[in-house]
Amino acid sequence: MAYTSQEILEGLAEIVAEETGLPTDAVATEKSFTDDLDIDSLSMMTIVTHAEDKFSVRIPDDEVKNLTTVGDAVKYIEGAQGA
Amino acid sequence: MSTRRTLRQAEPVRNSRILAIAGERGANVVTNDDIAGPIDSSDEWIRQRTGIVTRRRADADTDVLDLAEAAARKALDSAGLTGADVDAVIVSTVTYFHQTPAAAAVLADRLGATPAAAYDISAACAGYAYGIGQADALVRAGAARHVLVVGAEKMSDFVDPTDRSISFLLGDGAGAAVVGPSDAPGIGPTVWGSDGAKASAIRQTHPWSALRDDPAAGWPTLRQDGPSVFKWAGFQMAPVAAKAMAEAGVGPEDIQVFVPHQANMRIVDQMVKQLGLPAEVVVARDIADTGNTSAASIPLATERLLAEGQASSGDLALQIGFGAGLVYAAQVVVLP
Repeated sequence: MAYTSQEILEGLAEIVAEETGLPTDAVATEKSFTDDLDIDSLSMMTIVTHAEDKFSVRIPDDEVKNLTTVGDAVKYIEGAQGA
Repeated sequence: MSTRRTLRQAEPVRNSRILAIAGERGANVVTNDDIAGPIDSSDEWIRQRTGIVTRRRADADTDVLDLAEAAARKALDSAGLTGADVDAVIVSTVTYFHQTPAAAAVLADRLGATPAAAYDISAACAGYAYGIGQADALVRAGAARHVLVVGAEKMSDFVDPTDRSISFLLGDGAGAAVVGPSDAPGIGPTVWGSDGAKASAIRQTHPWSALRDDPAAGWPTLRQDGPSVFKWAGFQMAPVAAKAMAEAGVGPEDIQVFVPHQANMRIVDQMVKQLGLPAEVVVARDIADTGNTSAASIPLATERLLAEGQASSGDLALQIGFGAGLVYAAQVVVLP
């Protein structure tokens, strides 16, 4: 069963909170990982790896640089499901 | 008609162990402030992303062989052996300037180890663990009684001061181990492998032939895709280390010391987390002061833990090397 975008956002927020210590409600769709959430490139890879496991998707390393905002990541994961 | 004679094969030896470990670091302490300018960085940025406070770099007139020789002499002394006792010399390096002959043959001669078998291996940051795996196999197969394994690198010869990907991590040094026969098992099975599909993740900017064909190509230096390497090392290497424990018949609760290749403190921390190592396990964090010395990092970090009393002879150490190739190797060893 595919996750809805809302479920992906909530799951991603938990992963980001675990990695950064930020509250989950700080992880909103329009937030930039680097500029708003202060997530560096290595932490981003940790988040991506946990997201891959949680949502059973593959996020190629080359795609990660295109995931600027939380919304970008949600959209990518939603599209990658069942791929 | 003559009858065919049956060959005699080398008599195997039941067990091997590491008899001694020693190291030699580059003479100079290079701070983050010393190198931050050309990469428009800062001490804080480098510490936060790498855990490195200083790296050790050798003098201009010290080469890979000098570092290797210094480490090897200390290791032989510590084992109570001389060069004449050594049957094989394995040097792992990616920073020796001669395509041929091998650094190992020259090192063997310097140590008075002639006519020991001598060869180099190119397995970058996994080279020491590759070497220990080979030495273990050689000793147990009866092909050599004492094997000298040296990881030696002068990484500073391949840094680009303006490179923000890998150069600022790198340090110089050599670590040496003597492997020999043992009454009890001292080296667990080596779990090793490669993934050449990721050959470009850590790379030389251009091959030597490019410099030959166009001198304007300049001196090759190293680059890496840092986040990709972090993801690979931090998450895919933990299962390799776990397999090395399983194949040695031990678990995380049996390990006293964890010595991962000192690539980046963030990778070390991620591996510890992924492996679920108990808090009592001593984790090597030599990278903070020495930097990333490629094939030398595991023996240097181990030597330091022993010298500072954080680890003791007889402790079980889980070690794993990983790097350019990509290549990796892990094993559990009894510390000398």
